[in-house]
Amino acid sequence: MVTKRLEGEIAPSGGPSAVVRSVFSTVGILPLLLVLAIVFFAVQEPRFYAAANITNVFRQSTYLIIVTLGQALVLISGGFDLSVGAVIAVTSVVSARFMSRYYAGNPDGEVTSVIVGIAAGLFVGLVFGLVNGTGVARFKVSPFIMTLGMASVGSGFALYYTGGSPVSGMPPLFTREIGTGRVFEVPIPVLFAIAAIIAVIFLVSATTWGRYLYAIGGNMKAAFLSGIPVGAYTASVYVLCSLLAALAGILLTARVSSGEPNLGASFPLQSITAAVVGGVSLRGGEGRIIGAVLGALFITILTNGMNLIRIESYVQEIAIGVILILAVIIDRLRDRWRV
Amino acid sequence: MTAAQASAQSGPAPSLPGERGGVELLRLSAISKHFPGVRALSGVDFDLQAGEVHVLFGENGAGKSTLINIIAGTFPPDDGTMTLRGQPIRLNSPHHARQLGVNAVFQEFSLVPTLSVQDNLYLGREHQRAGILDKSAIARGTRETLELLQFHLDPKAQVGSLSRAEQQMVEIAKAIQGEPSILILDEPTASLTENEANNLFALIERLKIQGLGIIYITHRIQEIHRIADRVTVLRDGQLVATVAAGDVSETRLVELMIGRSIEALYPAIDYQPGRMMVRTDHLSLTSGRVHDVSIEVRAGEVVGLAGLVGSGKSEIGRAIFGLEPIGHGAVEIGDVPIVHPSPRGMLDRGVVYVPPDRREEGLVAMRPVRENMSLGALGLPTFSRFGVLRRRLEGVSVREIARRLNLRPLNVERQVASFSGGNQQKVVLGRGLTREVKVFIFDEPTTGVDVGAKVEIYGFMKELCERGAAILLISSDLPELLHLASRAYVMHRGEIRAELVGDALTEEAVLANFFDRAVDAA
Ligand SMILES: Nc1ncnc2c1ncn2[C@@H]1O[C@H](COP(=O)(O)OP(=O)(O)OP(=O)(O)O)[C@@H](O)[C@H]1O
Ligand SMILES: [Mg+2]
Repeated sequence: MVTKRLEGEIAPSGGPSAVVRSVFSTVGILPLLLVLAIVFFAVQEPRFYAAANITNVFRQSTYLIIVTLGQALVLISGGFDLSVGAVIAVTSVVSARFMSRYYAGNPDGEVTSVIVGIAAGLFVGLVFGLVNGTGVARFKVSPFIMTLGMASVGSGFALYYTGGSPVSGMPPLFTREIGTGRVFEVPIPVLFAIAAIIAVIFLVSATTWGRYLYAIGGNMKAAFLSGIPVGAYTASVYVLCSLLAALAGILLTARVSSGEPNLGASFPLQSITAAVVGGVSLRGGEGRIIGAVLGALFITILTNGMNLIRIESYVQEIAIGVILILAVIIDRLRDRWRV
Repeated sequence: MTAAQASAQSGPAPSLPGERGGVELLRLSAISKHFPGVRALSGVDFDLQAGEVHVLFGENGAGKSTLINIIAGTFPPDDGTMTLRGQPIRLNSPHHARQLGVNAVFQEFSLVPTLSVQDNLYLGREHQRAGILDKSAIARGTRETLELLQFHLDPKAQVGSLSRAEQQMVEIAKAIQGEPSILILDEPTASLTENEANNLFALIERLKIQGLGIIYITHRIQEIHRIADRVTVLRDGQLVATVAAGDVSETRLVELMIGRSIEALYPAIDYQPGRMMVRTDHLSLTSGRVHDVSIEVRAGEVVGLAGLVGSGKSEIGRAIFGLEPIGHGAVEIGDVPIVHPSPRGMLDRGVVYVPPDRREEGLVAMRPVRENMSLGALGLPTFSRFGVLRRRLEGVSVREIARRLNLRPLNVERQVASFSGGNQQKVVLGRGLTREVKVFIFDEPTTGVDVGAKVEIYGFMKELCERGAAILLISSDLPELLHLASRAYVMHRGEIRAELVGDALTEEAVLANFFDRAVDAA
């Protein structure tokens, strides 16, 4: 077929494989995977599509979605963050400790104690983010080493701070309302996740901050020559990522009703997997937030489904690892097909 | 040839003594290649004889690089056949092509920045003795090749620390090193100065005599007359004509290329030097590459900065924009001394720097044209308010700029990486148009840009200059510099050797100041 090139027009390319390719290169493989997973589990286990389980999946997915939002931002900027799990753990124990201490001292000040606890948790996120950001942006430590180091610092600290045992004694307002409460039938964590998604999508697609993020991830030198304060922006991405992880940590703490030093260990790997499955490039500069969110949803559905059909958690870990590697391979292929 | 005789293990077929003139090395028939949204080549025929230089000529995006990528095995054609020395062949990788004696210098480099020059030259075909790297053989081979080319490079230098022009030399040396029987050069002189280019031409002459076939892509017409035997002109992915270089005039070539004739390549600029806009005052860099340089550029003039590769001309532009640490002296913008120049600060003062290496420092390749063009100006009220983008205005103004620069295809949502080299350069230039700019520093602004686009870019400079911008033009394209600049400085080993004004600004005068004065003394 001889299609004369038209300026700016996307000429129909030859053959079905070309169609498949162009679909892949725009939306990625994720929608297909989602459908496959849903059909597969629905056939295997009728309980999977019960209304209760669907709400359950949404609620379960919120934590991973919130963390993945931050992870996706860092990936787009050309780095990655392995410390999100540690941030969740430290946030959990610190906010629980502050909340329960304050509540023990002021049994009437339920609201204040919740605010104190949440503030303490977010502060933890801020500190981690600033340390990561400063290390990467100012001292040029590679994101891998910087956040791996902070992951170790964080999990060590969480255990040291609590002596390894859970922190309890938080007010019911926190554990019941925020942890399991609903507004108009929608679980409160889901509301938080929706707000976070909207905020991040707005940031990325409608602000200069978002645009600079892509530019820095795509070509840091070009961004610098365009007058963008690369260091400050890079640091701010790590701060935002840690703050989102802290938010997830607080919501999880409310959900499990105690401050857990072991919380969140699976999040670094899962959030990176979710983002990459969702089409965010590991090399920076590319990816869409909505893809990352769908990726997180996919991972949750997978975990939920595997639980329902009683696949052991060890096997589940194997599955996540395999998916991550496959997602990266597909990411590479997509790149090649675009050529 | 020198060097790698010993290493010919991965042996590209050596050219036979009898294989000279008239022997067909390569033939392509009805080659087509399609990229998403673009038909890059349709039904192109091409052949290459031993002992000839066959030039590929055509506008930006005509499909030249695509064609040589197919010959070099980067990707297969969608359609068409290829024969190598009479044998039908399907290449499955650049490595495969190299083994068959097809070596290429691509428009975009393929060097490992963290390795030294010599390690890059021998990458993939290292000398070994019993499985151990034979470093001395590698060093010797590298020295010999560099000497042959008369490229003055340190074999031990890290490639990442070299300038674009120097990297280009390494690329060329690497291609020669493999003892090819077909050598492909995609705009090899794009950032070389006369001197290095002359060395390359001399070498090409010698290689021709040895029976190599050379495919040469260039946008510089004067080079065609200098070295070409035949010229194949492509337009919009189609073969226009293959002609003998001796039979065709420059005007005719340009006509074939763009389908119409161009009156004048260089515009007449009406210079009205006004206020002092940029000045360096006894500037020296901590790197030592620039020493005690004082230059000035006024509003309404184009000032040229000439010099050989490594003479420090690029560094001056970079220093003004805050990209090189300053040791002594000062940079002044409109009489105000700038203590610590930085890109941000300079942009805010209306200074724009267009870097020579668009891929390294200019473009965010995977993002669309729109985002690339507006990148430096997003903070301005036209593009954002309180940090929130004004997408519609952005689209409108970027499309307007793209139209002015005649971007092709005219689609600002396309990924920059999928544009041809010359059109990518327009995107970099376009960035300077998104904001109020008083000073332009252009470092090799027409590298890899076709004649038609050059006319557009020169016209654009004329317009800027006549509207009162100060332009510092750093260029190794001597005709360009001579025609556009009203005044020029010639650099030599990091210092200003001469300032040439008006009638004194001639080719002889510039060239005379390029080289060491030892000749005069003798
Ligand atoms: N990887 C790619 N993906 C999509 N389109 C491409 C790709 N590479 C080239 N093209 C398109 O194919 C056409 C031919 O490009 P090519 O690079 O061969 O041009 P060229 O003649 O070498 O131009 P230049 O002189 O600017 O280097 C152009 O329209 C270009 O946009
Ligand atoms: Mg090209």
